[in-house]
Formats: sequence, C-alpha cells, structure tokens
Amino acid sequence: MRKEFRDSSKIRSLVKAIEREAKDLSTPIHIMEFCGGHTHSIMKFGIDQLLEGIVRFVHGPGCPVCVMPMSRIDLALEIASKEDTILCSYGDLLRVPGSKRKSLLNLRADGADVRMVYSCLDTIKIARETPDREVVFFAIGFETTTPQTAVLIKKAKELGLKNLSVVCNHVITPAAIQHILNAPEIREIGKVRIDAFIGPGHVSVIIGTKPYHYFAEEFQKPVVISGFEPVDVLQSVLMIVRQLKDRRAVVENQYGRFVSYEGNLKAQKLVAQVFELRKSFEWRGLGEIPYSALKINSRYEDYDAEKRFEVSLPQPKEHPACICGKVIRGVALPTDCKLFGTVCTPSNPLGSCMVSSEGACAAYFKYKKDLVHA
Amino acid sequence: MCLAIPSKVVELHEDGTATVDTMGVKRKVSLELMQEEVSPGDYVLIHVGFVIQKLDEEEALKSLELFEELVQEMEEEEEFYENLGQFNRFEEGVSGLLEDKESR
Ligand code: SF4
Repeated sequence: MRKEFRDSSKIRSLVKAIEREAKDLSTPIHIMEFCGGHTHSIMKFGIDQLLEGIVRFVHGPGCPVCVMPMSRIDLALEIASKEDTILCSYGDLLRVPGSKRKSLLNLRADGADVRMVYSCLDTIKIARETPDREVVFFAIGFETTTPQTAVLIKKAKELGLKNLSVVCNHVITPAAIQHILNAPEIREIGKVRIDAFIGPGHVSVIIGTKPYHYFAEEFQKPVVISGFEPVDVLQSVLMIVRQLKDRRAVVENQYGRFVSYEGNLKAQKLVAQVFELRKSFEWRGLGEIPYSALKINSRYEDYDAEKRFEVSLPQPKEHPACICGKVIRGVALPTDCKLFGTVCTPSNPLGSCMVSSEGACAAYFKYKKDLVHA
Repeated sequence: MCLAIPSKVVELHEDGTATVDTMGVKRKVSLELMQEEVSPGDYVLIHVGFVIQKLDEEEALKSLELFEELVQEMEEEEEFYENLGQFNRFEEGVSGLLEDKESR
C-alpha cells in the first residue's frame, strides 16, 4: 500500500525543510488557510503543533455554514414555517440556531416540513410529488456547489415547474479573500497578520487558479492552492516559505492533481447563465462585502424564492457571548470564547462555527479538547 | 480534509447521469457539469451528486488506497462514521454510503 500522503518520514523531512528555509524569516509566519477543510486537516493531524513557533495558522472564513449571517438563517426558518411549504437544504445548515435559538431541525421536530437533500436535483422529484405545495431549496456554499444550483434552476425552467424556487446564498471566495486583505479594521487592529494564503482545493477545481493571481500581485502575498492530506499541507507551507524567503509573491498550485489554471469552464458558464453578482452580501463576522455573492438573474427570476415570498424580518440577534464573528475574522481563537466546550459543544452548538465540521470551533473541540476551560 | 473519494464510473445513462461506484457503494450522479467525455472505467470526483472533475487513474488509485486504509484504521472505533460525516459536510452521498455500510 502506498501511504505517501501520510508517510511519517516524508512528513519529518518536510518539517525539517520548512524549519531550515524559515530560519532567516521573522517567525512565526502567519498563514491563513482559507478553507475549513484545511482547518480541519491542520487540527486533525496536529500540523499546527508540528510547526509550532515557525508557522501560525490563521483560520479563514472558508466554511459556508459558518459565514451565513443570522439574518439568512432567520429567513430559512421563516420560509420553513409557512403553511404548505417544504424547505430543502444541505446537511449542516439545518442545525444552525437562528435568532430565537431554534434551528431548522427544531422546527422540523415541531412539525414543519424540512428536508435534507444530498443533491439539489432531488428537489425536482419532491416538487413533482407534491404539486400543491411550495418547495424551496435553500442553496448554500462556495463555488463548489454553485454550478449544481445553476443546473437545478435551468431544469426547473425547462420543466416548467411552478412550485419550485431557490433562495440563493452562494458566496464567492476571491471576493472574501480580497476583503480580508483590504479590511482596514483587520489591519489596524493589528491582531491579524497575514503573510500568505493556503488556497482552497476544491473551490479551485471549479474556478481554477486564475482568479488568485490578482491578490498575489496586488497585495504581494503568496498563494498556494493545496490538497488536504498532511503531506499536501506541509508541502504547501514549504512552497510559501520558499516564496517568502526569495521575496516572491505568486500563485503556485500544489494540488495540480485536481486543479488547473482555467478550472471547470462548463461549470463556470452555467453559473454565468443563471446568476449575477449581488452588489453586497453580509457575511457573518466579516460584515457586508461588495460583490461577494450571487443572486438569480432576471431571466430566471420566477425561480427566485426571495421574489416569490415577501419576507421582512426583525434585526437578527446573535447570542451575546458567542464570538463566532471574531473567530471567522481570525482575530480570536475558539478557545478565547467563554462558552467553548462547556456551554457550546457540537451536540449543542450556540454559534455556526461549532455546527459545521469545517468550523474552527468544531475542529478545536474535536482535536483540542484539552484546551476546554476548566 | 475534504475527503474527495474517487468514484469509478460503472455505467452511463441516456439522461446525462451515470452510475458510479464509491468504494463498493453504487449511486447515480449527474454528468451535467462535465465538458470532457466520461466513460465507464474513468475515475471521477463527485460533489453534492455531480461529477466535477475527471481524475488521473494513478492519482485516483493512490487516494483510494489511502481512504481504504483510513476505513480499516477506524472502522472498529466507529469513529470512522463520525469522521466521514464530518469531513464531507456536503457529501451526504457519503452518509448514504455509510448507511449502506452500517446495514451490511
Ligand atoms: S465556541 Fe460556540 S459560542 Fe463560542 S465562538 Fe464558537 S460557536 Fe460561538
């Protein structure tokens, strides 16, 4: 069997090489891993400990459930509680508590029809089977799930389905990275230093490495698109350290086995046919980010649930002690939260970062339980 | 670690779907995001019920072996199931896969 992605001697030599190359740099080097999948991997394999003192990982906002603002959760809850409505979405979202501390799953226990789907196309079947009810797909995710929603909307139109619509919450990775780099509060607070990025692996399968070149150049930060195995992450760190040492700031692709420069062009084209940019979208923790999300364009507006259902909601209320926002911005660690691991746990999550396994709080809880406050 | 479990294409269907085999579990997925021709025997990457990328066979086998190892390592601990769900926040397909495994 080939264990090369986890081979311990390979890991050791990579760590040594990183140490050696980083010798003349000001350490710890601050690397933001954008994607929650990387956060999880770094915690699971203790890569943060392996590189202690050399690299500090700043956990980024790359978890679609974590960045969903409370107002959108409240919107989902509101739609789901309407008569004759079936609300469908992907797994974890159903567990995120809204303003009234109730999640979609709680609502379902109270009798609402909330369904978890594996593929968004499953909603077509549901809509056909229940012609007298409104079926709403609450679409979430980064670029890895957006093209699928585009296929769904196109099909719904082709089939002339009248009782199916979509709430589009799809968000855009490059916009978020740019916002982080631009945000004056992040720079001024001075708590977050970012020297380089580990770029998301699967988002990049769709969008390619092309969109990242701008940041690397404009902000002079190395970006390395990385796989998720320990060897992948360490190799990416080494590539970053070498760039910093040589004072280069370019995009490199460690995940070449899956990711190309152009990405999946067909998927990109489908997205462009169905969606357009929102002027602004609120991200939990990051606030309003211009052009950072998509909405359904006018050709398909009949399928836009936000147009179909007029919903006006009171200002959302976050749990006062939850510091998810800061965790997502990278200015606080989960362990800085008073509720971490005691009041807030994966089985009873108070904030979104504890719900999704890609959330930093959930990853810390799983792999760093010893840090729970006594 | 987004466990992108490579799946092997078993059969193509007329309606733009394919039956794939993910570590012994068969399911139907959509090919609508694929520009490239996909044929039976190819290894592909799947996300929320859609093929998003064709894989090089050697790479696919490499990660499959790794994945199978993980299964072996963790199966007794049951932690495996938990972990899988965790890694695949969107890959509910995998929970389908797990249910199948559990019921076996
Ligand atoms: S531990 Fe819970 S309450 Fe605290 S920041 Fe994380 S999700 Fe919010």
